[in-house]
Amino acid sequence: MKFGVVTFPGSNCDYDAYAAAKLLGEEVTFLWHQSSDLQGADVIILPGGFSYGDYLRSGAIARFSPIMKEVVEFAHAGFPVLGICNGFQVLVESGLLPGALMRNDHLRFSCRFIHIRVERNDNIFTAAASTGDILKIPIAHKDGNYYNFTADIDALEKNGQILFRYCDSRGNITPESNPNGSMANIAGICNREGNVVGLMPHPERAVEDILGSSDGLQIFNSIKLSLARGKKLERA
Amino acid sequence: MKQPNVTPQMVKDHGLSDDEYKVIIKILGREPNYTELGIFSVMWSEHCSYKNSIALLKTLPRDGDCLLAKAGEENAGAVDIGDGLAVVFKIESHNHPSAVEPYQGAATGVGGILRDIFTMGARPIASLNSLRFGSPENPRVRYLIDGVVRGIGDYGNSFGVPTVAGETYFDEAYTGNPLVNAMAAGIVKTDKMISAVIKGDGNPVMIVGSKTGRDGIHGATFASEEISEKSESKRPSVQIGDPFTEKLLLEATLEVIDKGLAVGIQDMGAAGITCSCSEMSARGNSGVTIDIEKVPVREPGMTPYEILLSESQERMLVCVKKGKEKEVEEIFRKWELNSAIIGETNSSGIFRVRLNGETVAEIPSESLVLGGGAPVYTRETRKPERIEQPAHLNLADFPLSRDWNKDLLSLLASPNICNKDWVYNQYDSMVRTNTALGPGSDAAVMRIRKTRKAIAFTTDCNGRYCYLDPRVGAQQAVAEAARNVVCSGARPVAITNCLNFGNPYKPEIYYGFAEAVAGMGEACRIFGTPVTGGNVSFYNEDPDHAVFPTPVIGMLGIVDDISDITTQWFKDEGDLIFLVGENREELGASEYLHTIFGKNVGPVPQLDLTFEKLLQDALLAAIKAGWVKSAHDCSDGGLAVALAEGAISNRDRMIGAEIYLDDNIRPDALLFGETQSRIIITASETTGEKLVDHFAAAGLPIAAIGRVGGRFLKINDEINLSIEEMNSAYYESLRTKLERFS
Repeated sequence: MKFGVVTFPGSNCDYDAYAAAKLLGEEVTFLWHQSSDLQGADVIILPGGFSYGDYLRSGAIARFSPIMKEVVEFAHAGFPVLGICNGFQVLVESGLLPGALMRNDHLRFSCRFIHIRVERNDNIFTAAASTGDILKIPIAHKDGNYYNFTADIDALEKNGQILFRYCDSRGNITPESNPNGSMANIAGICNREGNVVGLMPHPERAVEDILGSSDGLQIFNSIKLSLARGKKLERA
Repeated sequence: MKQPNVTPQMVKDHGLSDDEYKVIIKILGREPNYTELGIFSVMWSEHCSYKNSIALLKTLPRDGDCLLAKAGEENAGAVDIGDGLAVVFKIESHNHPSAVEPYQGAATGVGGILRDIFTMGARPIASLNSLRFGSPENPRVRYLIDGVVRGIGDYGNSFGVPTVAGETYFDEAYTGNPLVNAMAAGIVKTDKMISAVIKGDGNPVMIVGSKTGRDGIHGATFASEEISEKSESKRPSVQIGDPFTEKLLLEATLEVIDKGLAVGIQDMGAAGITCSCSEMSARGNSGVTIDIEKVPVREPGMTPYEILLSESQERMLVCVKKGKEKEVEEIFRKWELNSAIIGETNSSGIFRVRLNGETVAEIPSESLVLGGGAPVYTRETRKPERIEQPAHLNLADFPLSRDWNKDLLSLLASPNICNKDWVYNQYDSMVRTNTALGPGSDAAVMRIRKTRKAIAFTTDCNGRYCYLDPRVGAQQAVAEAARNVVCSGARPVAITNCLNFGNPYKPEIYYGFAEAVAGMGEACRIFGTPVTGGNVSFYNEDPDHAVFPTPVIGMLGIVDDISDITTQWFKDEGDLIFLVGENREELGASEYLHTIFGKNVGPVPQLDLTFEKLLQDALLAAIKAGWVKSAHDCSDGGLAVALAEGAISNRDRMIGAEIYLDDNIRPDALLFGETQSRIIITASETTGEKLVDHFAAAGLPIAAIGRVGGRFLKINDEINLSIEEMNSAYYESLRTKLERFS
């Protein structure tokens, strides 16, 4: 299995995603934003950071880079794409995921450990977890306030597209455990097909006990497990 | 080019004294032209030349086996940590810009110190900030705090360096002139370290990164004056930061260094092209000729004077190996950055600037720089009244029939002691996944990948101590920094310092400076922590008063094995709690007197450096032996606050304690006095005896004072507080104070 980690100018969690995938013992390659070659990657990670400085709007410029054209095709063909933090913002801007990520309701950047609850484990990125698992994972963002029209939130719910919700340490979905004002405490969603996932928390920062948590490994292990099962992942 | 004639008024406006001007004429053998006057003015400003401090700084211990770059040799100090790796680190002030434009002032402070690190080939691994403000009750102060914290956050977060530690301290003394000291550290393979030097014959000199604009002209000169009503008009002297460009500059610069294409690199901070050209060529005993029209500029019509003095951010000067310029250009193009060859090295020793072939400035490089021709002064000192005849602390003035629970809660909620997560949660403290211990314990610890090692960092200084006794205060700053590093499981190896003082021409201010430098030197010699460099910031005064003398210590420690990493919070029910060190009846200069009685009187607590060193060595040995489950020093707020922090500073797992103290001293001094050289450690039942024997064998007082457990902190009959009460006082206070709208 081969991970491809996209580096946009201003990406700064690309190395962290690389290191996390390496921990699984898998092959990982960096994909340069100007390139149009996914180098045979089986799964693409759009990492965190501030692509192109994010001076206009988070993720708004990155979607136009040459590599994104390939990533969009790759996603449409049903292959797995994971957007973390800025990567989630890029996925939303590029239309691969619905909704918008607005400024946090408290208007400040926030970096700390929070808890998220795994809402479904029938997805490529959650297959190794159990539904209801509580993961301790850090957030680090200013624009993570997930917004969508009420009807679309209902549709996400109905279609099983809400994969992660902010919760307290016991798994309760409460307003106090919502770190940014996201609707329905949404921390991560997938597209209808389930192969494109975006989340604001950073699983790649929680992969070793020395970093404060290794719960993020659940997500990386899920990728490995799903690809090993080979479900819908054969290249066309 | 027609340059304005230099007039006496112009010399004065450039901040040069008559004597200095005479020296300039002697150096040049003629009157300087307008451009040259500007060059001398910035290079001989306090900020660049250290003219009023360097003589004293040279008395500090600057040697050590592990030093690869000593103070003043390079942009930052470099310490060999073994395994073929070095840590490069430095602290620097951005006080004046932050006073008038807090967001950009603080942001560019972070940007500047990061460039100092990666210009040596090191990848930044940690950023710290030591901040001092007036009372948060003051709306203007709240505006400054908000801007400074957002500025630091936005810059470091976007750049992608974890901001892992620091201090936020409040006192009226900093109301008009906040202190914003930014520290950064990086890791470099020792064989990839590169020098800030221009040398050789015919090596091309390139400017890379952002284009040069009219921002920040005379920023260095502005930093060398007191803050006044007129300072608001200096807002254009503050530069604008662009962390995105800095991130690209980092990657491109490291690539150029890694491929061995450069002779030397220096970032452009204060005094821009002028400073980098003159310092780099002076360091290389070489000369450089710049064709100023080749510098990429942001707007037409900029004069050589403006281009030379611009402090536009995110720029570097690279002395390229002849023949490698195409490869360098290619790398910068890949990162979408400007690069331009603007000149060439030679052996003349002259910094020459040409405009379309015509020479507009011609000065010996050596004459401009610190350690060369820049002036050196030792100023007059006078012992201030407050130190000559200190106010006598009469303990009888402070009644003992008090509600100690209430006092402890007030201290836990006081801005200097309460938890600062409102500040540090705005900083990304984890990016690049090396943060083993982030903000909220005694020091931050970063693991070093592919080794068993880690590096501990802290910044410390108690300005109130330094105000009351600058010499002992500076010793205490070093001692506390070392104590924090040791409590985290590291051995102290070196310091960087940021010396924040008032106007050096005032003898009482200079007395404080001289005493603090002396005290710091004494302490550093005892702890074996050489000074690897840093920064002096004078003129920290508003019209009312000077800031407290504030010699901030940034300390680096090495954790030999990551299993030694130790935190300050209590771990398990039933663990034994020990106090190493002695309780004495010292209440002077305490946060208790300040918070409860509004008093700022000495004497400061005594400090025996030899005893302190013995204590720290013994503690580190105990940690390495695996006997210590938590370690925390007693500092602001004394023993009671240290115990409360042990109970509540791990938010995931707060746990109480029962403490019995049988010292025969006043309860206020026992609970809240700030006697130095005291550590609280916890250990399991089975290792307790070993610890007692260990410290006793070292001749150190150790006492079992209680046990971890329950949901209350109980200290004798004086304190009985629930975890919940302490939690809300400690964690909610700063947010409540800062997020007010009036």
